[in-house]
Amino acid sequence: MALGPHASFIVTSYATVAAVVVLLIAWIAIDYRRQKERLRELEASGVTRRSGRQATDI
Amino acid sequence: MTLIDLANPTKFLSLTARVLPWLAGATAILLLIGFYQAAMAPDDYQQGATAKIMFVHVPNAWLAMFVWGVMSIAALGTLVWRHPLADVAAKAAVPIGAAFTFLALVTGSLWGRPMWGTYWEWDARMTSVLILFLMYLGLMALWRAVDDPSRAARAAAVLTLVGAINLPIIKFSVDWWNTLHQPAAVLRMGGTSLDKAFLIPLLVMAVGFSLLFVTLHLAAMRNEILRRRVRSLQMMQASQQAA
Repeated sequence: MALGPHASFIVTSYATVAAVVVLLIAWIAIDYRRQKERLRELEASGVTRRSGRQATDI
Repeated sequence: MTLIDLANPTKFLSLTARVLPWLAGATAILLLIGFYQAAMAPDDYQQGATAKIMFVHVPNAWLAMFVWGVMSIAALGTLVWRHPLADVAAKAAVPIGAAFTFLALVTGSLWGRPMWGTYWEWDARMTSVLILFLMYLGLMALWRAVDDPSRAARAAAVLTLVGAINLPIIKFSVDWWNTLHQPAAVLRMGGTSLDKAFLIPLLVMAVGFSLLFVTLHLAAMRNEILRRRVRSLQMMQASQQAA
């Protein structure tokens, strides 16, 4: 697969898309862990939901 | 489970837990097929291999507008129907839409330099997409600026609906004004002007990126519901400590 004289523009485009998508996925995954961790901490401190269910229940 | 059941955040969370792994798998498979087809697509007779940028530029440009459309429906859900998940959906979509718009601008710029001789031109299409990106950033700032999620949701919903005026301007900018950007090649009167060798990989990538949006959006909505649960528990904790 030859990319011709403008290969750097093509490769940079695909690399930028890949990098931003990976960053988005990582940000959402880290955010999920952070929220679950906060809920665990709150539960450990004795705070409970009005429904009586565990804070980390999904 | 009926649609009305999804108004319950706990039921929505249990649905996302079941659906997300399948969506993520389907997204990965479709994008892998799309990237392979894009790599194997023939060179364009005028643009050469540079036309391969189209396979990432166009899906991101479509999604930049589609996500704002989703946010506009969610804004109606907030203002008119007061659906409990509407502002969660709207807030979760903003950074994802901003990322797609950023990618549309960057890949368009990288495509423009070798083809037009410039990274940027203040023509109607590029300028209106840049305005869309700035509106995404404005919405992100607005969500962060207001502490109370329900107050922030109403302000964001109004801004989203006002910003929706930009969507037809972006779509028809290439018809209404004389632009450096080419006119529509896929969704246009009289059918597509793209050959199957380009159209099929483009559509596979478009569906793949759309599935990526759905997957990321559901995951971000799940995070937002958990964040609100944290907030309400923290408020309960504070009131218990104060009593």
